[in-house]
Formats: sequence, C-alpha cells, structure tokens
Amino acid sequence: MSADRVEETNAVRPGDEGRGTTDKVTTSASTDAYGATTHDVDDDTPVLNAVGGDWDDLVDEAAALGEERIVVNMGPQHPSTHGVLRLILELDGETVTEARAGIGYLHTGIEKNMEFRTWTQGVTFCTRMDYVMPLFNEAAYCLSVERLLGITDQVPARAQAIRVLMMELNRVASHLVCIATGGMEMGATTVMTIGFRERERILRIFEAISGLRMNHAYIRPGGVAADLPAGTIDQVRENVPLIRDGIGELEALLNENPVLKGRMCDVGYLDLTGCMALGITGPVLRATGLPHDLRKAEPYCGYEKYDFDVVTWDSCDAYGRYRVRINEMYQSLRIVEQVIQELDENPGPVMVADKKIAWPAQLAVGSDGQGNSLDHIREIMGESMESLIHHFKLVTEGFRVPPGQAYVGIESPKGELGCHAVSDGSTRPYRAHFRDPSFNNLQAVAAMAEGGSVADVIVAVASIDPVMGGVDR
Amino acid sequence: MSDEKKNAPDQPSAEPTTTDAVTPSELVERTAGDPIKIGERRGMFGSSLGNDTSGYGGLERPVLFPGASGRPYGGYFDAVADALEAALAQRGSSFEVAVERVVVDRGELTLYVPREQLPQVAELLRDEPALRFEQCLSVSGVHYPQETGRELHAVYHFFSITNGSRRVRVEVTAPDADPHIPSIVPTYPGVDWHERETWDMFGIIFDGHPALTRILMPDDWPGHPQRKDYPLGGIPVEYKGATVPPPSVRRSYK
Repeated sequence: MSADRVEETNAVRPGDEGRGTTDKVTTSASTDAYGATTHDVDDDTPVLNAVGGDWDDLVDEAAALGEERIVVNMGPQHPSTHGVLRLILELDGETVTEARAGIGYLHTGIEKNMEFRTWTQGVTFCTRMDYVMPLFNEAAYCLSVERLLGITDQVPARAQAIRVLMMELNRVASHLVCIATGGMEMGATTVMTIGFRERERILRIFEAISGLRMNHAYIRPGGVAADLPAGTIDQVRENVPLIRDGIGELEALLNENPVLKGRMCDVGYLDLTGCMALGITGPVLRATGLPHDLRKAEPYCGYEKYDFDVVTWDSCDAYGRYRVRINEMYQSLRIVEQVIQELDENPGPVMVADKKIAWPAQLAVGSDGQGNSLDHIREIMGESMESLIHHFKLVTEGFRVPPGQAYVGIESPKGELGCHAVSDGSTRPYRAHFRDPSFNNLQAVAAMAEGGSVADVIVAVASIDPVMGGVDR
Repeated sequence: MSDEKKNAPDQPSAEPTTTDAVTPSELVERTAGDPIKIGERRGMFGSSLGNDTSGYGGLERPVLFPGASGRPYGGYFDAVADALEAALAQRGSSFEVAVERVVVDRGELTLYVPREQLPQVAELLRDEPALRFEQCLSVSGVHYPQETGRELHAVYHFFSITNGSRRVRVEVTAPDADPHIPSIVPTYPGVDWHERETWDMFGIIFDGHPALTRILMPDDWPGHPQRKDYPLGGIPVEYKGATVPPPSVRRSYK
C-alpha cells in the first residue's frame, strides 16, 4: 500500500496525537485511567510517569518531588507475569500497597469473529482462546451449541468418552504448564524442564489423535472430528504410568522443599469468603477447602460414570493451590484409565446420527497427510451426487440452530469455563460469549498481592494460572 | 436438500407456553404464550446491499425467540421463583413488578428484570437463604438492533453452590438511546471486570460501577466493537480490479 493510505489509517484514530512523543509527562492523578485510587492523593498531586529515559534524571526528578510513593509498571512484556499481563504496583519500599492488573494486550476479537463463521467453524476460533486448554474451550462451546440444538442426549457415548479422555489429558497438560512456568518464574528451572517434558508426552498423544499439538478443533458440535486412530489407546496406556512418574518426580522435588514452601506458604492468601465475593472457581477455590467441582455438581459428557475424587486443600495459599493441582492430575489420570478401558470395549459412532447436523466427513490420514477419508471422497466424487450436494450444503452453509440462548459451564483446569451462545435461527452464532476463568480470577490479584512483597506478587499471579489468550480473547 | 427449511419459518424448540406472565412496559408485540419476535430476516443468501441473486430475495421470516412460560416451570425453577416472590413481598415489592417475564427454555430459567429493579433482585438472589446465589459468574452483552426500545441486553448468570448447583439467568435490557443499567458490583464484586468488558464491547453504561473504563480495547478506541452496527474492518485486497470486502458485507447465508 502507498504511504498515503498509511497516513489515512493513522488519521482515523482520534486520541493518538502526541503518542510516542513524550517520555516523561506530569499529569494530574485523576486523568490517569490506570492510576492509583486517590484516597491519599488530591487532584493537584503531581504524578511522575517513568516511561524510559535516563534513570538518573528520573531519580533526581522523583527526589525533587519529595514523594515516597512509587508506582511500578510491571509488564506487559515481563518474563514473570505469565504472558502479556500488565501489573501496576504501588510500592512502599518493598511492600505492595496497591496492585491492579491491566489486560487487553492479547485481545483478538474471537467472539466477534465467530459471528461471521458457521457454528462448526466457531470451534476453530474458540480453541485459540486459552491455548493451554484448547479442548476445554471447544467442549464448552460445543456443549452450548448442542443444548441450543436440543441434541445433548443424542451425542454418542463414544464421542462423549473421547471428549472426557481429551479433556482430562488436557487438564494434566494445563496443570503441568502452570506448575512448570510458576516454578520458572520463581527461578526453579528444573521444575520447568520436568513439567514441559511430561506435557510433551500428552501433546504427542494429542497430535496422534487430532493431528495437531494445539488448537485442535477436534471436538465438534454433535461429536468429535474423527475417531481415535488405531494404536492411540495403546499409546495412552503406555504413557499414563510415565506421566504419573513424572508428576511423582515433581512431588519429590517440590512438596517438602523448604525453599518452595518458603516462597509459597501463606502467599497469595484468599479465603472462601474472598473467593465467593470475587466469583473465583477452580483450584483457587478448592484450595480453601470447598469441594466444588462441576464434574460432580452437574456432570456433563458422562462424568458421572467415572470414579474420581474432588481434591481440596485447606491453606488458602499458593502452596495449597499447587498441591491441589498435583493431586488433581492424579485424579485425571485415574479418569483417563477408566475411559480408555471403556473406549477399548465399546466401538461406535463418534458423531450424532442426524445427517442435517453431523459433519459429513470423517478425517483420516492418507499418504499426503490428514484430510477427508478416502471412503468419503469416493462416495461424494464417484458414487452419489446427492452426497456431494449434502456435503457441499452442510460445509458451506452449515446447519441452522433454533433461536434462543444457552449457557453451559464446564470445569476447566482454571475454574468454570462458561459459554453463553445466542442463536437467531441462522447458520452462524448471533453471539458467543465465553466466561473465561482466568479473566475472572485475575481480579483476585489485588486481594492476593496487596500487603505482600513484590516477589510474592509473582507467586500469587502464578498460583491463579492465568493464560492471557483466554483472558483477552 | 432443505426445501422444508426454505419454506418453514424458524421454529423455536421451546415447549408451547400457556399463561401470560405480567409484562409491564412491554415493548415487543406479542400475544400470550407466543414466541417473541425479535427481528426479521430477509432473503436466503446474499449481502445486505440488495444484490441477492439466489432468487429468494423476497423471502421474509420472523426471528422468534422463546416466549414467556407459565407455571409450573419445572425442576427447581418453581422453588427459585417462589423464594424470590416471597423475598420481594417482604421488601414491599412484588414479583410482577420486579420480573417482567419468566422464560424456561432448554432447561434454563431466564428472568427478564426491568433495569431499575436489578440491584434489588441481585441483592435478594445473594442474600435470601432459600436463593443464595453466591456467585455471579458472568455478564454478557447482546445487541439486538431490531428490538426497538430494548436494543441492548445484559445477561447475568448466577450460580448457587449452597443450594446444590442451581443456575438462574437474569436478562436486563436498555434502549440504545439511553444505555444505562445499574451496576451490581456493590452486591457482587466479582462482576467488576465483566461489566467493564460489557461497557467496552457494547457501550452499556453501568451506573455505580467504581471504575467503568475500557478493559480489552485501548483506552482511546472509538466505538464498541461487539455491537451489530460496528463494521468489521478488513483490508481491501485488490485482485484484477476486484476487491474482497470485509466479512460483514460479504454475501452469506441468512
């Protein structure tokens, strides 16, 4: 594009004037949207914004102001803030007196984009929200679409079991990432290497089943994209004990580690009252001792069939959340073992029987990679014109969903992941809103971090396990 | 493949409802128990620019949402409604005033609450022992440009752990011209960010919110992206003289 166009684009952004030209500006506290609350500051108090420049000049200027209050802007590009999270900390020496989170740096408009694609294509978008737990995003979305369609009971048992298998493996992977990156942020790189090593086993299983390590788009409205390829159940069966050993290794390294306990015990404290007020769910809530788990409370995908315990801890702190996650991984592996038993014994369809909804093709791996199965290609290209028309209509137009709205919440590794889907009867979502647990739980940063030291902020944030892809969507 | 789809209007899957819930300030034309028409869809395929070449350009179909449900609502919904009714009576209000419509659809209970009643209803939902919805999990906006006078909807999802994982949805509307809804942050501090997001995306102003600023979009962003009238961008890629328009104005199935 020409330079004219660039200028034109710049010109349509009002409010941009003066951006990037000032390094140091003195503004009134009341005009700074991200500024601290002004309980101890009146409107005339000068605020010194340090945005680059020579550090000595800034120190001199701050000293000249005679203000002790320091506001530190941590992130959004800080290795310890768990992604592009911006923390605005008000410090008194080493003590955090006020903490707030600034988000939005990874906003990609997924919800808006989904309104311009078919219901099935929506899966491809929402899987990219919280990229550490893609299968949960897909499951929440598909369950709400299925409720809108009224086909929840028609989804085949095998498809539900595969969903459970994938979700529980994903829960282990997500918790491993949480513990691994949390350890890395505290400086414990061995925790990181063990965590990612074990996660890799799970990603290999995902790759074998869905073709992709992340962003699978594997769970679809009405079932799953493809049945388990031959050999994957054995692969899962072989890997479960190895993953269990890996978790044991983490436990042996961390559970009673005095350094870790010194960093995590009584840090990021949030009790049950705080959790209820702030709408916190997931490991943070269970670490206060409340055994709330949607898999037990309102089972979906056939979770009532499996035998597992809801893990709790009673310390309300970062250490408790770590222990909850560790123990939950064992429970997930327990479920995985029950599911592969079931899958081994019960073959069957993995997509609803209703041909007006079911995706017409199943995926298969051919000599040239993954694609539609050759049987299906033969049928639509060589045998049945009607099948071709049906395939074309369903893939390009999609199915229609009766008007109305549905909300389905599922127990993701981070808490309740809800999908509020609204249909106006067309082939595309009228609105799809995701209640992401990280988005909600990140509100607790202030309650957890204020009064502690700067180093504790890192531990507190890591114990919430926010993933910015999900927070910002 | 879909002859019946072309001809039949979209049928809501809601069970037919019988009695008329009391609806003051009802702005949508409807009769008792009927599905509620929230808009109209024209044509079968094509863009909104009138260049529908499918031959179905004259097709007009109403968009029918599930209408008001009558008692019994089924399941725990009756208990929730009774408890709310009793609590409202105690406070000198009444169910008829505080809830303009009850919709039970797809196993979910939706209470349509006039916006001025929202803070009281939220407080009762949290504080009444028989209700005890401890958590307001989510606030989601929906924009219905065709619903004149109630274009903007804020949808709240409440959840009760104490009473055995009960859920209730509260839907509040506001006109585009006066996009104000009282904030329930004083009752449910956890909806702080959710209300900010809904303001950011839909332009609903939550009165009484402690700091209603943009949360996902940049502070200086013009407009509210999730509204239906907000155009999608898209780079006009030129190829041999033709351009690819942004998705919002492309031809599509209706």
